[in-house]
Amino acid sequence: MSVLWSLFATFFKIGLFTFGGGYAMIPLLQAELVEKKKWVSDEEIMDYYSIGQCTPGIIAVNVATFIGYKMKNVSGAVVATAGIVMPSFLIIIGLANILALYMENRYVAHAFAGIRIVVIALIFDVILSMRKKGIGSLLQGTIFILSMLGLLWLGASPVTVVAAAAFIGLMVRG
Amino acid sequence: MIFLTLFGEFFKIGLFALGGGLVTVPFLFDLSAAYPWFTSAELVDMIAVSESSPGPVGVNMATYAGFKAAGIAGAFTATLGLVFPSVVIIVIIAKLLDRYRETSFFQNLMYTIRPAVLALILNAGIELGRLSLLNLEAVAICAVFWGAIHFFKLHPIAYIIIGGILGLVLGL
Repeated sequence: MSVLWSLFATFFKIGLFTFGGGYAMIPLLQAELVEKKKWVSDEEIMDYYSIGQCTPGIIAVNVATFIGYKMKNVSGAVVATAGIVMPSFLIIIGLANILALYMENRYVAHAFAGIRIVVIALIFDVILSMRKKGIGSLLQGTIFILSMLGLLWLGASPVTVVAAAAFIGLMVRG
Repeated sequence: MIFLTLFGEFFKIGLFALGGGLVTVPFLFDLSAAYPWFTSAELVDMIAVSESSPGPVGVNMATYAGFKAAGIAGAFTATLGLVFPSVVIIVIIAKLLDRYRETSFFQNLMYTIRPAVLALILNAGIELGRLSLLNLEAVAICAVFWGAIHFFKLHPIAYIIIGGILGLVLGL
């Protein structure tokens, strides 16, 4: 299987099972790209999210573009992006004319209530499995706690939090 | 010409919606006022549907808006417009990253940014929790799943499918 086809198929699968936005995609990236295919490391995923959060566009798409580029340059970037976008593109076109029916269907509502609960558990577990790579020292632990306080109590935007962490890095270690 | 307008409008959203996803919503409300493509009521429905269908919310929105405006070709044009700017920008950054990735400056910078990214991930989980963990039953199910995920290490897709089935069976 060529790298490009593998990129498309992998990101198609990830796009198909990503419910709840860009960060909800991380458990799938970890399972498919870090553990199974070993294309990237946990650290790289964190780095791509920090940059993808602070640049224009949709985070999930930005991260797919990054990984595609790493694997196969510009063609990889385009193919990975096409893969992540394709499932929602097809599903939304399929649903566009029956939106009301779909939303009022109680089976759909029940299934997605269950899926959302699982997604939350998956996200919490990512924190556990990545903690050693992101919170390995007093400095990193302090930045993590300050970031949480900023997000939860000051309502800081994600971009502000990343910028503040970068600023601390430049002050302390630059 | 509608395709050029669609591409241009979604290109602008892709270029200026920093952070993506629901950040695109205010831009889309402006579009609903400026063009006859879709109404603001349809947009509200679409936001709800995006929570019950896979994929990035911003992409769902662009596809839907483009489809309403000009069918499948419109959906394609709008989605292409949305992702085009970020693909170009990320490719440029990725090229720079190739060159500077191993420098101590970059590594030091990322060393302090990574804990902030973990905070963003946890915060995303908390935000989803605020919307979905509304009663003790949901919290208990989430805790059981968390334990199962941690100890059995099945593929996330397996848990997602189990969650959907459980939602149907229990009528969550």
